[in-house]
Amino acid sequence: MPPVITPESGVSPDAIRLAVDIGGTFTDVVLETPGGSWSAKVLTTKAAPEDGVLDGMRRALALAGLVPADVGLIVHGTTLATNAIIERKGALTALVTTKGFRDSIEMAQENRFEQYDIFIEKPEPLVPRPLRFTVPERVDARGGVRLPLDEKAVEGLAETLAARGVESIAIGFLHSYANPAHERRAGEILANRLPGVRLSLSCDVCPEVREYERFSTTCANAYVQPLMGRYLENLRQRIGQAGFACPILLMTSGGGLTTLETAVRFPIRLVESGPAGGVILSTWIAERFGIDRILSFDMGGTTAKICIIDDGKPMASRSFEVDRRYRFMKGSGLPVRIPVIEMVEIGAGGGSLASVDAMKRITVGPESAGSDPGPACYRLGGTKPAVTDANVVLGRIDPDRFAGGTITLDAALSRAAIEGHVGIPLDLDVTLSAFGISEVVEENMANAARVHAVERGAELEGRTLIAFGGGAPLHAARLAEKLGIADVLIPASAGVGSAVGFLRAPIAFEVVRSRFVRLGNFDAGSINAMFAEMAKDAVDVVKLGAPSAPITIGRSADMRYAGQGHEILVQLPDGPFTAASVAELRKRFEAGYRTLFNRVVPGVDVEVTGWILRAEAPAPGRAIDRGPADTRAEAPRSLSVGSRTLFNPAQRDFQDVPVYQRTELATGSAVQGPAIIAEDETTTVVTAGFTARIEPSGAIRLTAKAAALQEAAQ
Amino acid sequence: MRANHPLNRIEYQVMWNRLISVVEEQAQTLVRTAFGTATREAGDLSAGVYDTTGRMLAQAVTGTPGHVNSMAMSVGHVLDKVPLARMNDGDAYIVNDPWQGTGHLNDIVIVTPTFRRGTAVGLFACTLHVVDIGGRGIMGAAQQVYEEGLYLPITKIVDRGEINQWLVDIIAANVREPVQVIGDIYSEISSNEVGGRRLVAMMDEFGLEHLDDLARHILDHSREASLEAIRKLPFGTYHNSMTVDGMNGKSMELKAALTIGPEGIDVDFAGSAGVVQNGINVPLCYTEAYTSFGVKCIVAPHVPNNAASLATIRVTAPDGCILNAKHPAPVAARSIIGQMLPDVVFGCLQQALPQGVPAEGTSCLWNVRLMGGMGRVDGDPAVLAKATPFNVTSFHSGGTGARPKLDGLSATAFPSGVRNVPVEITETIAPVLVWSKEYRTDSGGAGEYRGGLGQIMEIESAEDMPFGISTSFDRVVYPPRGRAGGKAGMTGKVEIVSGKSLPPKAHSSIPAGERLRVSMPGGGGYGDPRRRDPAKVARDVASGLVSEEVARNVYGVVLTADFAVDEAATTKARMVAAAE
Repeated sequence: MPPVITPESGVSPDAIRLAVDIGGTFTDVVLETPGGSWSAKVLTTKAAPEDGVLDGMRRALALAGLVPADVGLIVHGTTLATNAIIERKGALTALVTTKGFRDSIEMAQENRFEQYDIFIEKPEPLVPRPLRFTVPERVDARGGVRLPLDEKAVEGLAETLAARGVESIAIGFLHSYANPAHERRAGEILANRLPGVRLSLSCDVCPEVREYERFSTTCANAYVQPLMGRYLENLRQRIGQAGFACPILLMTSGGGLTTLETAVRFPIRLVESGPAGGVILSTWIAERFGIDRILSFDMGGTTAKICIIDDGKPMASRSFEVDRRYRFMKGSGLPVRIPVIEMVEIGAGGGSLASVDAMKRITVGPESAGSDPGPACYRLGGTKPAVTDANVVLGRIDPDRFAGGTITLDAALSRAAIEGHVGIPLDLDVTLSAFGISEVVEENMANAARVHAVERGAELEGRTLIAFGGGAPLHAARLAEKLGIADVLIPASAGVGSAVGFLRAPIAFEVVRSRFVRLGNFDAGSINAMFAEMAKDAVDVVKLGAPSAPITIGRSADMRYAGQGHEILVQLPDGPFTAASVAELRKRFEAGYRTLFNRVVPGVDVEVTGWILRAEAPAPGRAIDRGPADTRAEAPRSLSVGSRTLFNPAQRDFQDVPVYQRTELATGSAVQGPAIIAEDETTTVVTAGFTARIEPSGAIRLTAKAAALQEAAQ
Repeated sequence: MRANHPLNRIEYQVMWNRLISVVEEQAQTLVRTAFGTATREAGDLSAGVYDTTGRMLAQAVTGTPGHVNSMAMSVGHVLDKVPLARMNDGDAYIVNDPWQGTGHLNDIVIVTPTFRRGTAVGLFACTLHVVDIGGRGIMGAAQQVYEEGLYLPITKIVDRGEINQWLVDIIAANVREPVQVIGDIYSEISSNEVGGRRLVAMMDEFGLEHLDDLARHILDHSREASLEAIRKLPFGTYHNSMTVDGMNGKSMELKAALTIGPEGIDVDFAGSAGVVQNGINVPLCYTEAYTSFGVKCIVAPHVPNNAASLATIRVTAPDGCILNAKHPAPVAARSIIGQMLPDVVFGCLQQALPQGVPAEGTSCLWNVRLMGGMGRVDGDPAVLAKATPFNVTSFHSGGTGARPKLDGLSATAFPSGVRNVPVEITETIAPVLVWSKEYRTDSGGAGEYRGGLGQIMEIESAEDMPFGISTSFDRVVYPPRGRAGGKAGMTGKVEIVSGKSLPPKAHSSIPAGERLRVSMPGGGGYGDPRRRDPAKVARDVASGLVSEEVARNVYGVVLTADFAVDEAATTKARMVAAAE
């Protein structure tokens, strides 16, 4: 869907817009005006994050010679909620649940996420047992009341909660997704008696079946709500005082923007906003290039994130884990069920450490050297080899020009670390060892991408890889070769990619309902009524941010064969359902099922378990383009600024390859691999199988030399 | 690939990683398409890839140690019966023979050859637990395997891509939940096909004509790594015995002699009890699986499972011993005893590695297997005719043993790795109401490190009908023992809330209007409870995990009214205890 520009969104298409991304270390600010864009990077001010935000905004405005009153819109994303959970610095939170279910959030799935390690520790729930309370009440799976809510017990609980100084309360009753009446009533009673205490109801936060996930999500929402509420309300005040007179919208993990009011109600929906911004940027770039099948690849210091984007839509999911503590393993974090852009996160970054295991295999990550001590070459005392050390030894990074020359790397330390930890144990020379490290980290990423694609029924071959983040351009070409990808795009100045992405995001809200419906007894009327209600809920939220913009509605459903336990996401047709819709729904489900699993199962009814509706208004304001396309018929020649020795796996040896400065390459320049394109923030490795070309937008585009792709794979 | 180039070593390892990723994809497909709750909710499945001689090269890490060696062997059995030369592209074979599969009839193994350019290059196998296989139920009254359900010898289920509908019809006609069971078999067939496709793609990418060299690389390195870990241990023979509840009030002893030597570890179960009349007997393949799992957890947890790493752990048991039951002994509930074996092995290894193994835990799963409707439960047929027929298993666990330096895990499966089934899902698919599912106070064995707590579940019919439970529980008479001075965990029990106690290994009916209560065991403690940090005891009491009485009498910790440690009284209590 092309970004429609409408004045109805309440923001003028020519508005000056600011994007702010608060990360764990840095706060990035991007300012876009019709005349160009500016960015600023400041340290995140943990105690009062709004200080850093205002500082960054002032700096960006100063660069552009503008004042706060000139700004038409602020778009904001933040990891504050995530960090509060990871550092366990949220509010004193209580859980009120159905009698008999005090331990659901701690028992979790009653399993061990790692089979062979008998010394694992399970993730601690956000609400400890002394703060988990139960009340007599019971609703069954069909929403019927089996035991009325004991209102006296709830009233009594109010005193206890007040005495304990609880700041935030999660209410989660069994089957409240089917009938929320008890939760709502308990919420009313507690709200009346405990003014000022925040309440999160599971029927609002996550109205989906499976008590552990629903309660865990609700607790996480409650846990971060006071902090996020205070922060967002402070921020609104401070920006008002600073002279901004524009609306502020928040980036959610689902890739849409929402209002500050909604963010205060559902702060848990903000957890993955930074990475979501990166994916939105990839989506936007793909749109501009007219590419419909994308693999977005973001590689930083400790992890890499991969996301599949089809036809301008990043893969969506509603399951996510915060704070995976054990080798990023599934199950070692806390589940939150919210709309998220689905990404695989791999412990593979520049700081990921290499070693040799008992099977004499090189392993890389997820342990990371971080920035302190960092890779051995940083000269900060690190002695273990990191991926960056391998890149130094392999000639991909110029030790004298790393990070624009601000840090001088010591290649001798890289060599010593690799030799000691990989070369000697494997009896390989230091170069091959470094090559092995690089291959393994690339293979890890490729495998994660493949397993992810299988899980989601997507093919990777023939996609375009969009690579950003400091580490991605070093490994993108080789990763592409491993995945059978022939087209790679490396956007210009991707260092503030997330914040730029915020400016490209639509205003959107997603609602979901768990209701089990077999196609065999599909009642179109009741489903239409349910969707009408959901549409109203979602549109109301979107309208807060886009009062008169055109709003599009997208509907999908979680479907499976009746009796299965896992669903596939199926896009639903537009318009009201009729009795005849059953055949269409089955057809869409089976088409998706066949793509994923090769064959359909005959004679089994199909069932819908979850109904999803997303309302979306276009991204506010106009995206800034980087000037007209280069129309020169013949590409200008590229000038090499030197040469470097680079390992060429196809020839199994080092060879001298030319080095180009990205800033000195004119639009349209072509560079034949093997070559290196250096810039301040990172280095693009153009393997022998690729040709690089500088696009008008400033992006580097790598295209496989057709025959070379096959050769490289062998 | 050029021979002997040092780069090959890197390429081999890249391919090895890829192969592991292929079986993970295969397993994921199984989880996402399966019908039975065991696979889809609980992860009770296995998936692996084999070379053309039937040696397992890689296995997905999934929830079920019981399939570790057993599935590895089943491909060999298939090849013995049907040589690869007689297999065609698109064929798949089915088997649930307990002695050639994974230990009981409910586990169905599917084996599929993979062809590339017309040549067989390897095989994929997977196994999962179907919800019903006919017969008299997991803990039924069967006295021979013939009574335990449909028995499928190695048979072709897919012929050149065509499903053998005759066989599918026979299976469907013999099980109580045909849709789920047939759906599961379809799921297995698909998952092997997905694995095969990925293997062929990998061979294309790396230009491999066969897997022989890669297989040699994987197996050689795995064997060396396993032996290197074993050779770090003090050689010798270590003995242990553990008493379990057994059957019909007759306890039984499980005895092991574990010998560590330069060429591997041998475990022999001579002296253990003999086979019994009911289905808790264990085929040797399943004994091997849980024994190897127990050894591997302690000795070489990071070496992946394959033919070579598994071959360094050898398991024997005399014929007719309960751990080597022969056909036609009933074996449906073999997991009860099988899952006890890691604890038996830990008791041996503790002597070689004094600070390296946990205390005993609940170990066998406390799966709540419920049923209702005509013919599945005692009651007036006129009344039962109105009941919804159902059959549902939800996976639950007691506490695990405390670890050296760490408390045990509460309500967590070990050695099995299955996940539970959410109460909301159980109630969606079956007419039952779970009224309670909470930790069981004081069930964790006391120790410097406390055993994990068990849990209590209370369940009632949602339609005021009688319903049945098929129990297959142990640790009801003999508790999980503590280690290094730690106390035993609490034993489990099954009862009707109004008072009647129910047998732990049988089928029982719960009358309409009554509630069932299942109280699961806690794990054993590690170390002297009087050495436990008083602050931890105080926290346990404040959380309701340990009662004040146990804190005072067993841990020697005295608390004030607001759960703070009364230091003086605690010091005194502990001194008195030390003097005694």
